[in-house]
Amino acid sequence: MTMVSPQKGSQQPSDRGAARPTAPRSRRVWGRPDLYTSYRQDMAMLNTRPKQLGVLAIVVVAAILPFVTSDDLLKILGTGLVLSIGAIGLNLLVGYAGQVSLGHAFFVGVGAYAASAIAGDPEGRYIGFGVDIVPVWILGGGIAAAVAGAIVAPIATRLRGLYLAIVTLGLVVIGGYIFTEWRDLSGGAQVGREAPQPVILGSDLTVDGAFTQEQKLYWLFLVVLVITAVLARNVARSRVGRALAAVRDRDVAAGVMGVELGRYKLIAFVLSSFFAGVCGSLLFVANGVFGPERFTLLLSVQFIAMVLIGGVATVSGSIMGAMLIALLPRISAELPSFLPFITSAANEHPNIFEVEIALYGALIVIFLLFEPRGLFGIWVRIRTYWKSFPFSY
Amino acid sequence: MTGFLTAVSGGLGQGAIYVLLALGFVIIYKSMKVVSFAQPAFMMAGAILVSYLTPRFGFAGAVIVGTISIGLVALAVERIAIRPMVGKAVFVIAIITIGVDIVVRVVAGAFVGTDPLLVGDPWGLDTVSIGDVQVQQRHIAALVAMIVVVVALMLFFRFSSMGLAMRAAALDQEAAMAQGVSVGAVFALSWALAGGLAALAGVFAAAGNPIDQTFWVVALAALPVIIVGGLDSLGGAVVAGLLVGVVESLVRAYHNDLFPNLATNTGPLAPYVLMMVVLLVRPHGLFGTKEVERV
Repeated sequence: MTMVSPQKGSQQPSDRGAARPTAPRSRRVWGRPDLYTSYRQDMAMLNTRPKQLGVLAIVVVAAILPFVTSDDLLKILGTGLVLSIGAIGLNLLVGYAGQVSLGHAFFVGVGAYAASAIAGDPEGRYIGFGVDIVPVWILGGGIAAAVAGAIVAPIATRLRGLYLAIVTLGLVVIGGYIFTEWRDLSGGAQVGREAPQPVILGSDLTVDGAFTQEQKLYWLFLVVLVITAVLARNVARSRVGRALAAVRDRDVAAGVMGVELGRYKLIAFVLSSFFAGVCGSLLFVANGVFGPERFTLLLSVQFIAMVLIGGVATVSGSIMGAMLIALLPRISAELPSFLPFITSAANEHPNIFEVEIALYGALIVIFLLFEPRGLFGIWVRIRTYWKSFPFSY
Repeated sequence: MTGFLTAVSGGLGQGAIYVLLALGFVIIYKSMKVVSFAQPAFMMAGAILVSYLTPRFGFAGAVIVGTISIGLVALAVERIAIRPMVGKAVFVIAIITIGVDIVVRVVAGAFVGTDPLLVGDPWGLDTVSIGDVQVQQRHIAALVAMIVVVVALMLFFRFSSMGLAMRAAALDQEAAMAQGVSVGAVFALSWALAGGLAALAGVFAAAGNPIDQTFWVVALAALPVIIVGGLDSLGGAVVAGLLVGVVESLVRAYHNDLFPNLATNTGPLAPYVLMMVVLLVRPHGLFGTKEVERV
């Protein structure tokens, strides 16, 4: 990528947005898609025409997918969309800021319970405030998780690397206990409580109408995902994102350059928890019921797997990874027809449930060994191959 | 007072199991600067393997064969999954060990079956009386085994040439290589030792109770132990292991007096809460080396 800045100094990037530079408008040179004539162009969210068109095409395809897909597959894809939100959040923390957290399941849980409590029936068996407006309980779940993140962050920002990973693992254990024990909120182990009702403009999305429940929920999830993905991408390319990358690459150097380490680690934690909370608020809407045993270490590891399999420090990679992980149960359910030694009976071995869990582990190991940049890295290779076709480099 | 001493004795027994696990974590950490999250899987695999071997070799023979076998499995894992990653970011290697943990655990879990699986230890839940206190034999056995292992490790690190090589590699990898230490052999041996220790811990953790699919969770409590003791301190692992074991056992015993409103026992939480408290005061654990950042 080349960057030409004809008037150096007058085009300093302005992150506050208040003082837009009055530099001459940048223009694209026809036939030279990689030539940027301004810093603004280089830092744009989608900085090439193929990216703009490609993303538009993907969003359009995703939006019309419910018309051509069966409902059971749509439900899995919808779960993938929701998991993508959480994966993007974890990627902000792990990928962009370099803070390894195994505690994502805890924040997802906080978001799920906060949203259920806000939307819950005030007359019901569990805590509920009866505000069933969708944006309210989604934001409520996100904010509750963000507050939890802000409470944890002072401990977490003192720690680095593996110490942090183990402490956040402890968070999942302690959180799991609280969720199980607080029966008024969670319904207790093996019982669970109802997920929030997705009601938009008076119509309940879980009731089949002109469109089925799966179709309507899928669109809801897609809209929320697009909003959060744009948000995350904007954070990543802003002052905050650059500060987080500096903290990740060398925290001492970042500190010397004037990046306040504590502040930016706090920001990373709060943002990541917020995304986790939004993910949690939507994660069980399709199922309707969820119990406290969902928020275990396995869920955290699944999110880690999404980030690593998808691609560290990429938003699109997070979505790809989450989709793959969401499809994994379906893939392993199809396996017995190809590999006869795998059974679908739970009391025989090796069964599909074991294969599914083992696949998480195997995929993490295989990707880290052979494609550390994840699915996104595979895409980059394909792109580079065709860009320079027929030359190999 | 009797109740208190019973709880302490049970805690020391549980703590001995934590010490065995934590020593494995610390040995790997000292050689590679990586926390291996695969230890729970090796512990579970060890206990299950021993329970399959006991009918053939007898308990003592099964423990020896099982410990060595899991050590070899750990060696193979290091060779296949970890060695190619040497030099990469530590958290990447740590995450790989999580992946390894999941795979090994699922494979081992497939052998649990529906019948209660027992390691075939001679102690069960029998007790001996020391004064007024009823002490479980399996706790005494775990404590004795732990002391034997710690002494053996101490002798190994102090007096054998391989032990010296491991200490040298832990202190400064490049300098050790320059002196002719095979750092690869050090990595391999540290993983084998850790695997064997985890398997041994698994045997004592499984004594008296059947093994089930959630057996590995016991080993997670060894993570707070290494944090409390300090990631790179073998002595810290011993002290913190016993400390965490005793604290957990006391909280478990006095749960109803401490928290009458909470139905679920808070014992399993105690290690994690203790870890958080210690970290607030000492971010590198009780005996860990303080990290010095050079700019």
